[in-house]
Amino acid sequence: MITELGHFALILAFVIAIVQMVVPLIGAHFRWPGWMSVAEPAAQAQFFFTAFAFGALTWAFVTSDFSLRLVTLNSHSAKPMLYKISGTWGNHEGSMLLWVLIVSLFGAVASVFGGGLPPTLKARVLAVQAAIGVAFFAFILFTSNPFLRLAVPPFDGQDLNPLLQDPGLAFHPPFLYLGYVGLSMAFSFAVAALIEGRVDAAWGRWVRPWTLAAWIFLTIGIALGSWWAYYELGWGGFWFWDPVENASFMPWLLAAALLHSAIVVEKRESLKSWTILLAILAFGFSLIGTFIVRSGLLTSVHAFANDPERGVFILIILAFFTGGALTLFAARAQAMQAKGVFGVVSRETALVANNILLAVSCFVVFFGTLWPVVAEMAFDRKLSVGPPFFDAAFTPFMVVLGLILPVGSMLPWKRGVLGRTMWRLRFVFVLAVALGVLAWAMQTGRSGLGPIGLFLGAWVVFGAFADLWLRAGSSNRLGRLIRMPRADWGKAVAHAGLGVTIFAIAGLTAWEAEDIRVAELNKPFNVGSYTLELQDVRRVRGPNYISTMADIEVTRAGKFVALLNPEKRDYPVAQMPTTEAAIDYRFLRDLYVVIGDQQDNGGWTVRTYIKPLANWIWGGSLLMALGGLLSLSDRRFRVAAGARRSPREGVPAE
Amino acid sequence: MIRSLLRAAAVAALVLQPIAPTYAVQPDEVLADPALEARARELSKDLRCLVCRNESIDESNADLARDLRLLVRERLVAGDSNEEAMDFIVDRYGEYVLLSPRATGANWLLYAAGPIMLVLALIMAGVYLRGRSNTKAEEDAVQALSEQEKAQLDRILKD
Repeated sequence: MITELGHFALILAFVIAIVQMVVPLIGAHFRWPGWMSVAEPAAQAQFFFTAFAFGALTWAFVTSDFSLRLVTLNSHSAKPMLYKISGTWGNHEGSMLLWVLIVSLFGAVASVFGGGLPPTLKARVLAVQAAIGVAFFAFILFTSNPFLRLAVPPFDGQDLNPLLQDPGLAFHPPFLYLGYVGLSMAFSFAVAALIEGRVDAAWGRWVRPWTLAAWIFLTIGIALGSWWAYYELGWGGFWFWDPVENASFMPWLLAAALLHSAIVVEKRESLKSWTILLAILAFGFSLIGTFIVRSGLLTSVHAFANDPERGVFILIILAFFTGGALTLFAARAQAMQAKGVFGVVSRETALVANNILLAVSCFVVFFGTLWPVVAEMAFDRKLSVGPPFFDAAFTPFMVVLGLILPVGSMLPWKRGVLGRTMWRLRFVFVLAVALGVLAWAMQTGRSGLGPIGLFLGAWVVFGAFADLWLRAGSSNRLGRLIRMPRADWGKAVAHAGLGVTIFAIAGLTAWEAEDIRVAELNKPFNVGSYTLELQDVRRVRGPNYISTMADIEVTRAGKFVALLNPEKRDYPVAQMPTTEAAIDYRFLRDLYVVIGDQQDNGGWTVRTYIKPLANWIWGGSLLMALGGLLSLSDRRFRVAAGARRSPREGVPAE
Repeated sequence: MIRSLLRAAAVAALVLQPIAPTYAVQPDEVLADPALEARARELSKDLRCLVCRNESIDESNADLARDLRLLVRERLVAGDSNEEAMDFIVDRYGEYVLLSPRATGANWLLYAAGPIMLVLALIMAGVYLRGRSNTKAEEDAVQALSEQEKAQLDRILKD
């Protein structure tokens, strides 16, 4: 019964979205207040009914209602509760419902907090947002309905893919979707502004919080996915340049570019048309990401719903929204008159450089991801583009970005003197070089990657805080630092996070140590400065799996360090084995142990990795997200978002 | 694709020993000479596991990946240079096996796309920056500022 109500609520939400798409748009064109104001209650009702539908589906998963086809295919009565809930979005249909739920959530939030927006702009933003919703409601109802019943319900379900039964991954999709769909808000603002025909500083200020929120969610979502890969896939890789990873990384890069260029619109009223274009492209890449994952165009470890029909549907949605928006852009972009004038050496130029590096690096990822398809269709060459290519083609952009970041972020607006800004950073530069040289001296005969990474990371991190420190002036520094706007702190923290991540990736890649061997019971062996001893291998029964678990004692110079329990799990229902690495997490390094198969002589394959700075990768990502959050809580987003209207409550700080 | 898979399977059948599911590089595969082993690992990272989705043979658990790893080592032990070993494998398994495609034929586009785009972007940015910073635009802008912006500024200051 609840299922049918959920299905009905979904159809209702679809119809409401259609109304919300059409009526306010007509109202805004003819300036009819009544028609325009339809948007707000419609957005909220749409969210309410979508949430009800999503709740109904979740309920079916929680109660293991196997009369639902989707539940039978993706759940099992013995599955732990957390994964029953996360199973709701651990499949194609449910994840699309989550997607559309978030579309309507953002629309509802904009309708509640968008009081400061001019009424026509608000009506148009909500109408465009509803249009996105309509497309995806139709997609769900016509091609991927989650509420289909089975005539003969089976006794039990087929279980969720065991790789997905993991706390890190349970929350990976919702964060990613919040990010992807958050960009739909920037898109809606961009299209509404194009229809409206004007973009000003206030527009930049309205768009930035949404972009910032989307970028924060994307950062967390990507970091969660990468962390999951690190501990779950069994050899400690954290980034694979897989098409689906790229699909989430491209919007992230463009969102990062967008939130920087929106600053220029807000502060200097320049780069307007470029910012609009970025907003369109950023959401366009979110749609491309969805298309790549769902269509099975590119093979990937993630693709869980490969269906050409669905792929074509999403391709149509993609073509309609990006194609339509770009056409509108071509027709209206000239109307965006830039105002601010600035010298070639200025903060504006530095932000343009930031945008070039981020956008071109995104283009490189895009080109590499799609090249195998192009090569096969156009040149009949079956080939692969994998990590070695992306590492070589993408990294230079990030190195240049890191090099110019501290200087660029300290250049004054309008007109600066490069030498003067660089001179202020001289101590930071000396410190970073010294650290790099130190690392070079301490390592023995290895690549320059580690020292260069340390130099670059230190340059970015200390540069970010030197900026704050120097700006605080010389008297009462501490007090001024504390009273500094949150946006300034956010900027420093987010930039420092990038520096930490750069250093961590370089350090981990350069200084990782690995040991593969057949370990016999109670015969200790050495890896680096650690001594490992395989003490026991046991069979253990889990809730829905059977595990082979080892006890490995780790000591260092005779002192106990940790008892590690790597596992091999077998999920009988899903008929799939997984490896569960045992990891001793420490500040400076992780000790990562995986157990393999038993060998003929009775020993077991044991792989041991010493992974320096592994935690710093995700620590850096969290710092970036935290920086975004600080920026988002800045006063200027909370008060008087509109300069051209009465200073009522502005766009929400989400 | 199918043909190269079949060929791969045929090669695999020749060298295959019955083995239980394995996990990436196995202890018994490791070469005694650490220098050769290091080279083998380096090459393995550039070779795709043909039956997997986007995994190199260095990280893959599949039997076919193991066979390829053994083949790489066999070639290196036989005295092949890195290039010769790679050529040997590409001859048998096709270009698809390379994770970083060779810059031959149309593939130059893949390698040139990034630099070309960067140059284009820099040129466009250069033109834009010149337009933004020349003095005539400055005068125009100062005039444009005085009307609209002044009213706006008044309102902001009043708030």
